[in-house]
Amino acid sequence: MAQMVAPLEEQERQTEKTALITGSEAIAVACKLADVDVITAYPIRPYDTVMQYVCKLVSNGEMDCEYIVAEGEHSQFEIVKHASACGARVFCGSSGVGWMYAMEALTVTPALRIPMVVMVGNRALDDPGAFGVEHNDALAVRDLGWQLVWVDSAQEALDTALIAYRVAEDRRIFLPCAISCDGAFLTHSQALVKIPEQSKVDAFLPRYNRGDLLLHPDNPITVAPQGNEDWVMEIRRQNYAAMERATDVLKEAYADFERIFGRSYGNPFFEEYQTEDADIVLMGMGTLSTPVKVAIREMRKAGKKVGFVRMRWFRPFAAEELAKSLSRFKAVGVIDRDYSFGSPYMSGVLANEVRSALYAAPGKKPPVLGFISGLGGREVTLPDVQRVTECVYRAAEGKSELLTRWIGLRE
Amino acid sequence: MGRLFAIEIIYRGIYQKTLAGRISRAIVLAAHQEGKPGISFGRYGDSPERNGIPAKNFAIVGTDQETLEQGMAKYEPKEVDITIAVDDTLCKGVESWAWYGLQPVNRLLKPGGTLIVTSRETPEAIIAMAHRKEVPYQLSIVKGTPSFSGLWVYKDDHTDVRILGTIARLLPDLFSLKSVQKVIKEEWKDDLKATSAAKAFDRASSITVNPNQGNPETPYKFDLPKWHEMGEGIAIPSIAHGITMADPLTQQSGGFQPKRNPTFKKFTTRTMRPVVNFDTCIKCTLCWLQCPDSCFDVTPEGLYDANMEACCGCGVCEAVCPVKECVTMVNEAEFSDNSSQWESWRKDKAGYQTWLLDKIKDKSERSHGFRYKGQYEEQVPEMLEIAREG
Repeated sequence: MAQMVAPLEEQERQTEKTALITGSEAIAVACKLADVDVITAYPIRPYDTVMQYVCKLVSNGEMDCEYIVAEGEHSQFEIVKHASACGARVFCGSSGVGWMYAMEALTVTPALRIPMVVMVGNRALDDPGAFGVEHNDALAVRDLGWQLVWVDSAQEALDTALIAYRVAEDRRIFLPCAISCDGAFLTHSQALVKIPEQSKVDAFLPRYNRGDLLLHPDNPITVAPQGNEDWVMEIRRQNYAAMERATDVLKEAYADFERIFGRSYGNPFFEEYQTEDADIVLMGMGTLSTPVKVAIREMRKAGKKVGFVRMRWFRPFAAEELAKSLSRFKAVGVIDRDYSFGSPYMSGVLANEVRSALYAAPGKKPPVLGFISGLGGREVTLPDVQRVTECVYRAAEGKSELLTRWIGLRE
Repeated sequence: MGRLFAIEIIYRGIYQKTLAGRISRAIVLAAHQEGKPGISFGRYGDSPERNGIPAKNFAIVGTDQETLEQGMAKYEPKEVDITIAVDDTLCKGVESWAWYGLQPVNRLLKPGGTLIVTSRETPEAIIAMAHRKEVPYQLSIVKGTPSFSGLWVYKDDHTDVRILGTIARLLPDLFSLKSVQKVIKEEWKDDLKATSAAKAFDRASSITVNPNQGNPETPYKFDLPKWHEMGEGIAIPSIAHGITMADPLTQQSGGFQPKRNPTFKKFTTRTMRPVVNFDTCIKCTLCWLQCPDSCFDVTPEGLYDANMEACCGCGVCEAVCPVKECVTMVNEAEFSDNSSQWESWRKDKAGYQTWLLDKIKDKSERSHGFRYKGQYEEQVPEMLEIAREG
């Protein structure tokens, strides 16, 4: 294929090592750097931005991979599942109800130990048909053996995609990984991203080796047979062990990432912001980190010692480390960009995970308030964050507070 | 704590599914006539049933609700008062989808419990088929041809009520003849069936089988691996390709014997087996090609030997063989082992012909379901005649 010249405007906005790209484009660049073999696509907003960028890279001759547009999300995920079983490094993705349409394929992927890496452009589930971000789509697979990570910048999206391949394809793990990027805030906004050198990526990321599980005529195996109750528990226990190992393998990968690329993410599992002297902390996942951090800076000017803990890895969930960290604070306010109707205290998913992590942990257990906000892509405003903070302070002072509150709702 | 009764019905999957369900339902209903609560269920692990594969139904009855719950707290009974085998070839052993290895037909029987078998064989023949048991048990034969029909067609040949009448006689504490007759009339609205139950009640008898009687073989077992001993990713290595066969006389090797699944042999599915006349075989390959279970071993001289560790007895080989009586399906009860027919033919061709003619001379009709239109109309009166006359 003839090398096509990139359009002028793109040349202009690209410097040697830094590019002005969206979170989706950053993921596409990571696919190119990781030399992914098979990519399947089916359009749904906001994930489709990744597929457009990958498509462009392939047609420009910058990337060499099988690029297959499936007839729906179920096939889209099945195709890469099979390709991965045959030894191909794969990439895929979807959003909202598209991700749900693939659900059968999503459930079998971790069970078959397929190290698929995908991008979920987080989108509210229908109905109503809405494009904006909610985290319920990716969270739907939280119990099935998927590694789940939320990123909050295009740079982190690119870096995390490389880390995701490294961990997912580690023989000790062989579990799929979904990288969640908030629709619009991350998928559709361009930011300056440092593009790592190929040689460094090659040093960081070994080739995918399917080993004894390779589906190939030279290695005749049967994959996914029927099994009765004599087998199912043992198979689930193996996945439990793999997820248990993922914590350490992730730590190794982040340490190597820092060594090779010179960029550190600190604690791989959650980011702490201004927590050293904090009385209370707020928590959340994804891009709501920006309004929360800005609000914290303003509140600190007014003397309120507020910190922020952004959960990066939701699966595996670093419960012990998180509980240890949270025990330092007088109260915790978790802002969920999701819902879990009928759950304990009707809180969001993250709030209940945090409570669960604290319950069994030794040490002090601060009260945890749940806040549901920013649904369907609604802005989480600075006054919203201040309201949340006021509630958490009241809980810190021992006052009775609602365990779940909706913030930013017209009422 | 009251008394707990457990009864298992071992049957041929699909062909006898309705029959087994009717028997276990009626047991519970009859006991309920006398105020005893009970449950009736098919073992979930046997499903999806395949043609002829051994499967089980259970009826559990307690003298009171708490006792019944004691029995229900187990996935299935670990010991039973009565085992019913509605096909006599099941007495050779039971390998189902629900577990691994071969289970003797009498395995779950309590000491002194009763094995009820539908059969036209003698007690000696049945005892020889069943594996030895450490404790004595009773054997009762309900005379009759095994009742095979299917899921959609039920062969109302009174096998169900004759077994129920036999139970009333052998385990009167569970239910009386009067109770079961009442249920039969209510459920099936057929006085003739109630009469058949009474006749079976009158004729029922049992003999004691002692620990030194029966098949001395140890049934094959398979140990399930621990979770960390298993391969990951729900991937299982394929079965090895196969080996050549050795001629028992010349030791020359040739041909091809495929390797087979070591953990699921499935030959207890068989109710009849092919007997092959190697002298008339024209080596057309059709039996080998068409066998759904790849059970034919290819001998060094290019003949086809149905391997009895793999044959499910479907009869496709007989149907496709173009040579008259080259492949003949014969009642499984006529055989006492799984040895190679080809090897015995190689060792003594004249002796083999005598054996073969003896096996195929009385070719009793034995098939799953119905092979031709009108078979139901022929068979049911014949079996009802047995029910009437004994």
